[in-house]
Amino acid sequence: MSNEPFRQMTAVTAPIIRENIDTDIIIPSREMKSVGKQGLAEGLFAGWRYTAIGGRDLNPDFVLNKPEYAGTRFILGGSNFGCGSSREHAAWALSEYGIRAVVAPSFNPIFRGNCVRNGIVPVELPADSIAELAAQVEADPAARQVNIDLEACIVRAPNGKEFSFALEPEAREMLLEGLDAIEITLKRRAEISAFREADRAARPWVYL
Amino acid sequence: MGKTAFEKIWDAHQVADLGGGTGLVLIDRIMLHERTGSVALESLKAANRPVVAPRQTFVTMDHVVDTLPGRTDKTIMPTGTNFILATRKAAQDAGLTLFDLGDPRQGIVHVISPENAIVLPGVTLVCPDSHTCTQGALGALAWGIGSSEAEHALATATLRVKKPKTMRVTISGRLASGVTPKDLALYLLGKFGSSGAKGHVVEYAGEAVRALDVEGRLTLCNMATEFSAFSALIAADDVVFEYLKDRPYAPKGADWDRAVTSWRQLQSDADAVFDTELEIDASEVTPMVTWGTSPQQAMPVTGTVPVFEDVSHRDSRESYDRALKYQAIEAGQAIQSLKIDAAFIGSCTNSRLSDLRRAAAILKGRKVADGVKAICVPGSMKVKAAAEAEGLDKIFLEAGFEWREAGCSMCFFAGGEAMGFQERVVTSTNRNFESRQGPETRSHLASPETVAASAIAGKIADPREVAA
Ligand code: SF4
Repeated sequence: MSNEPFRQMTAVTAPIIRENIDTDIIIPSREMKSVGKQGLAEGLFAGWRYTAIGGRDLNPDFVLNKPEYAGTRFILGGSNFGCGSSREHAAWALSEYGIRAVVAPSFNPIFRGNCVRNGIVPVELPADSIAELAAQVEADPAARQVNIDLEACIVRAPNGKEFSFALEPEAREMLLEGLDAIEITLKRRAEISAFREADRAARPWVYL
Repeated sequence: MGKTAFEKIWDAHQVADLGGGTGLVLIDRIMLHERTGSVALESLKAANRPVVAPRQTFVTMDHVVDTLPGRTDKTIMPTGTNFILATRKAAQDAGLTLFDLGDPRQGIVHVISPENAIVLPGVTLVCPDSHTCTQGALGALAWGIGSSEAEHALATATLRVKKPKTMRVTISGRLASGVTPKDLALYLLGKFGSSGAKGHVVEYAGEAVRALDVEGRLTLCNMATEFSAFSALIAADDVVFEYLKDRPYAPKGADWDRAVTSWRQLQSDADAVFDTELEIDASEVTPMVTWGTSPQQAMPVTGTVPVFEDVSHRDSRESYDRALKYQAIEAGQAIQSLKIDAAFIGSCTNSRLSDLRRAAAILKGRKVADGVKAICVPGSMKVKAAAEAEGLDKIFLEAGFEWREAGCSMCFFAGGEAMGFQERVVTSTNRNFESRQGPETRSHLASPETVAASAIAGKIADPREVAA
């Protein structure tokens, strides 16, 4: 259940900068074949990654398929990243592929929450900062890696330039510690039970 | 300072303030469907966590199941059967109420919940499905969540929620005759954009909203997710109470009176302050249809496809060009000149009895144009039975429509039921994204009336002309 803690990490970073990358693009419905959370990495960005729908021939032009982007752990995206359906498969597919952070000017809120729950850091930076990061990375992706420091909430470009970002304290803690939200909440079990009992007296019709 | 209806519901459910604008919120109802619910139930079980409130949790089969008559657990969608079997087993193991295939209550989650009074005014209801906002039409706080959140809700009867901002959309005046709640929803998207309500919970208010029946309100709230809202709601009133009374899970006897008294309090106070207010006059709205691949790319059915300059405040050049190319249309072209391959009436937006009645009124005594595949999928088996009791099925069938079993069907394409490659579809659904209804399908969202009128004309048509 728990995720791998994220303190800081330096990794290959792939720019996929397009607005409104929706959950269908991240993982097309047709690629969601199993009932569970596993087996989705292959379908990640399937529409762009492969040459034909349902096929597995790699499209050599797609960034993640280029040899210099092997081992990508971070993605640079466009605004409204993760819009569309609320399905969590998008975050699962990214996570299983090995993505640990997405940097975008804005996120769909449901997708953003799903990232945090699945150990992916959603980093919000202005579009021009992201463009700057992309330009630096593209020169030599394998060598020019990006550092994301969640303890300091800073993204460090390959040339050392720092961009700071914000994340709510709770999301940050969950990612830093690799915690599962259910465990945290269940520490309040007694408080929740007491609340429900009082509520049951006030609104008995709600309790079937 | 007074409170908004949303704040009243939120305050009654906040178990703890978690700081940073996040609350631990009590969840009254959980709805699951076989596509995403099975995952949540399985992973809960794998972690050895029980469902805290099984009697307040309901499961249906709608997304993956076929809708052809005589359907079984076998699905057109490859591996769909796995979802059905896994969901059935997980629901039984956890002791949850399941609206299974063959159950007369089976149907689309956002249709069956109101229909059975599972959703009630003032409750918090969640479902791992983005159109859960539909159910806010009954004065509930209902919103879509991810599967991990569903697990959290099942395991703790709470969710950790970032409190959304509040928005009121006031619609004064009355919708003209022949103009429907779907047209209103598309009009709002066209006017304010598909990120118009981002981060907000929307309260729809005003004379035009009050005048809607519950089914119309469900249609309006349904597309709040296309509006990027956290959710939408309409404060409950007598229209809602009357709708709910005597439905299966509605409070009974003395509880009913007590419930109604408490529900009446859940109005926004006169001095409540919203973070954002939008206003329109209902008389601005005419029958609408989308031209592009985003719900905000909506236009009057009498109009021409906009030129870039008309939409440049919202669409980038790239997305505008891409939409035109994908849809195989041109700027300045009359939308009614577009020939269609298919017509679809169904989905959690527009598949309830009143929707089918209005479409049938247009279809009666007419025939679907040659070469047009026309399909009607009632939202639930109860809707289907009620429609058949009135003879609506005969009208659809005689006009040349298929008449199917309840489910999501061709509202979305996941390898199962689908429209054909690059087919142009006029559809009463809520999403016109690329390949949403089949491989590279060209979807045009509209009201059931417009779909019916277009099916007859063989091209996109104004329902007011066919009706006349
Ligand atoms: S009808 Fe369509 S939008 Fe509604 S729940 Fe089913 S798939 Fe989703």
